[in-house]
Amino acid sequence: MKTAVAAPQIKTAPPELEVINLTKRFGTFTALDQVSIKVTPGSFHALLGENGAGKSTLVKCIMGFYTPTSGKVLVDKLCRDIDSPKDAHHFGLGMVYQHFTSVPAMTVAENLVLSRYDSPQWINWKAEYDRLDAFMATSPFQIDLRTPISQLAAGQKQKLEILKQLYLNSRVLILDEPTSVLTPDEADEVLGLLREEVTAGHLSVLMISHKFREVMAFTDEVTVLRKGKLAGHGYVRDLTVDDMAHMMLGEKTEATPVEKVAIADSRPVLELKDLCADRDNGLPAVCSASLIVKSGEIVGIAGVSGNGQRELVEVLAGQRPRHSGDILVNGEPYQSTRKEMARHQVYTLPEEPLRNACVPHMSVAENMALRTFDCPPQARRGWLLSLSSIRRMAEGLVQVFSVKTPSVDTPVGHLSGGNVQRTVLARELSSKDINLLIAANPCFGLDFSAVDYIHSQILAARNRGVAVLLVSEDLDELLKLSDRIFVISGGELVYESPTAAADIKTLGHKMAGH
Amino acid sequence: MASEALGWWGVPLAIIAGTLRGSAPFLLVSLGECLTEKSGKINLGLEGTLLMGAMSAYAVSYLTGSPWLGVIVAGVAGMFLGLIHGWLAQQPRVNDVAVGIAMIIFGSGLAFFLGKPFIQPSAPQLPTLSLAGWTQIPQLESALSISPLFILGVAIAPLMQWFFRSSRWGLLIRAVGDSPDAAKAMGISIFKVRMASIVAGSFLAGIGGASLSLFYPGSWSERISSGQGLMAVALVIFARWNPVQCLYASLLFGGAQAIGPALQSVGIDAYYYLFNASPYILTLLIMVITCSPKRTLTGAPGSLGQAQE
Repeated sequence: MKTAVAAPQIKTAPPELEVINLTKRFGTFTALDQVSIKVTPGSFHALLGENGAGKSTLVKCIMGFYTPTSGKVLVDKLCRDIDSPKDAHHFGLGMVYQHFTSVPAMTVAENLVLSRYDSPQWINWKAEYDRLDAFMATSPFQIDLRTPISQLAAGQKQKLEILKQLYLNSRVLILDEPTSVLTPDEADEVLGLLREEVTAGHLSVLMISHKFREVMAFTDEVTVLRKGKLAGHGYVRDLTVDDMAHMMLGEKTEATPVEKVAIADSRPVLELKDLCADRDNGLPAVCSASLIVKSGEIVGIAGVSGNGQRELVEVLAGQRPRHSGDILVNGEPYQSTRKEMARHQVYTLPEEPLRNACVPHMSVAENMALRTFDCPPQARRGWLLSLSSIRRMAEGLVQVFSVKTPSVDTPVGHLSGGNVQRTVLARELSSKDINLLIAANPCFGLDFSAVDYIHSQILAARNRGVAVLLVSEDLDELLKLSDRIFVISGGELVYESPTAAADIKTLGHKMAGH
Repeated sequence: MASEALGWWGVPLAIIAGTLRGSAPFLLVSLGECLTEKSGKINLGLEGTLLMGAMSAYAVSYLTGSPWLGVIVAGVAGMFLGLIHGWLAQQPRVNDVAVGIAMIIFGSGLAFFLGKPFIQPSAPQLPTLSLAGWTQIPQLESALSISPLFILGVAIAPLMQWFFRSSRWGLLIRAVGDSPDAAKAMGISIFKVRMASIVAGSFLAGIGGASLSLFYPGSWSERISSGQGLMAVALVIFARWNPVQCLYASLLFGGAQAIGPALQSVGIDAYYYLFNASPYILTLLIMVITCSPKRTLTGAPGSLGQAQE
């Protein structure tokens, strides 16, 4: 049994990575137009841009997932043909994806060994563990090698993804929004440790990001893309957040200011009493959650994904049976039946709207009618559908909520993520006397203007006197919108505070479960 | 009957003997299905593969006089069916259970069609190994002779366990079955890994068929498998996708199958058909116990049975 010996971990200086005039077309669509970028050895470089600006396309061209239409990738001043991630690895480039790429059922050690391109056919686990222990001793993060991935917290998984690249001896790390699933504390820890490695000259980092705070705190240089073109470049020490936002968005667009109206006679609308719910595997997900949402108030629930938020929203939306506890809406017991939703005017914006709130193969008009098709005027005599009135209603909503769709007969699954969310928003907010709105991650994966639009719609609903329960993984969104904020951790509501008095540090600690 | 001279002691003896004789097809098919499902695909067609293996093994053994050649041909016939399943089940938006049902019908139909001329003649059987050299009781001797294919299966089970844990290919198969996206990001061809797993699994199932026609019951007829291929799929769930537990589960099913004949041999004819149905009842019970809308099975490969986009 022959066991190949891994190359010793020598911390060599990272190579220089340069991209010159790179263009990538998909059919007639130009995703990248003559973009150049240079990552000097031992620098922390940020790549900024809105969704669809071409950031991911650029790094995928560098890593060999896509073949550029024209342009060159240079490593250490020599033009290289990179046709696959394996080639990129050969030149010392490694990418950490936005989504975790470890196999959940395997242990940390198994994932690390498997990720090696030269791993031996037969694995001598004792020798591998010795080598992995030695590697861990010199690495910036420590993770227990024998833990299965499925038991790691999000922050540890992200660390593992980065460790994997270090283990593969990658010297230029490309990170695609590495902190999107982390708490602020975890993000600072991960980026801070990477920063130390960069400062010590062991690494170069190219990081795709949306978050100005992280860019300002950890990076040296920034390159900004807008609509596939290079929109700006500079050193972070010379720039302000406003300069970067300006480069990202073009003309100065201010976020619509948040104006909150105080509601005079607010009464409790949604009341949870010791609500418990189970996960798919039968283990408890939500443990005795109790809260009250009053009319004209946005109550935010913050937490790192996987702490019971999904199950809580599913129970409220009627997608999951509760284990025990009570839900009261307007003081009456609520079982999430269609009848009760209509009587109490309860509406939901679930996460992943295409999966949770739409029938992808049905048209935009039919999807918009899912709440109302069984009531007049869309249903005559209670059962005969009036297709013309469904179409008319949908055409009106498409106008009001500016849903970009070829026609109301287009299957909703063909629309972009932002427009699917707008379709659902139109359906859920169009009712005149809406009473309670439950929203979960309503802006996940949407670009700046769509986020702004959805925020203003939620606020407008609140100002009309609607009670809003907003569950989100985006702390900034919660701090901006909510009146009161809860933190969910391990299925329990561990913290409550009026948003104005909330301390971001405390929130972060509570979210991390301290 | 083995137990006539032994009285009531004959019942457990007959069950043990029946277990050793009858569990080889369960064992080989379930190991094949375990390998296949670890890569994330279900192959219900192993029932057809089993029949095809039984027929081709018997035919080749009869025509050439060499049962071992028959075993190899049975495996190759299984691989051929596996290739078809592996290709069809991996087309975009194709459901592998539907393909599997088609493959049951195709495999068994082909076996019946090609096997018609071999129902009458008798083919040379596989040699047996005797565990009962120490005893003079002829009943014990005949009860404790085991098939070399059973020993092969018993050897493969721990080897497969070790393969999943300590070989690169084993880790690759688990990665593909549990998280195809992660495997793709590592540059692994999901199609090739699944194809190889399905073909190798079908090879084992084909050999399982050879054990039916060349050892026990040791003839070729259309009713020879009586659903053992399908039961082996249930058995893999019962065994939590663990090869060594597949071995124990196979022994349990083989034992259940032997209850009816064992009781009959001591003269209990009442409920004969009910006792004969015990493997099926066991299958149903396992399905009822393991299925719940509220929890997912531990150990199930993450992407099992999902169609590709």
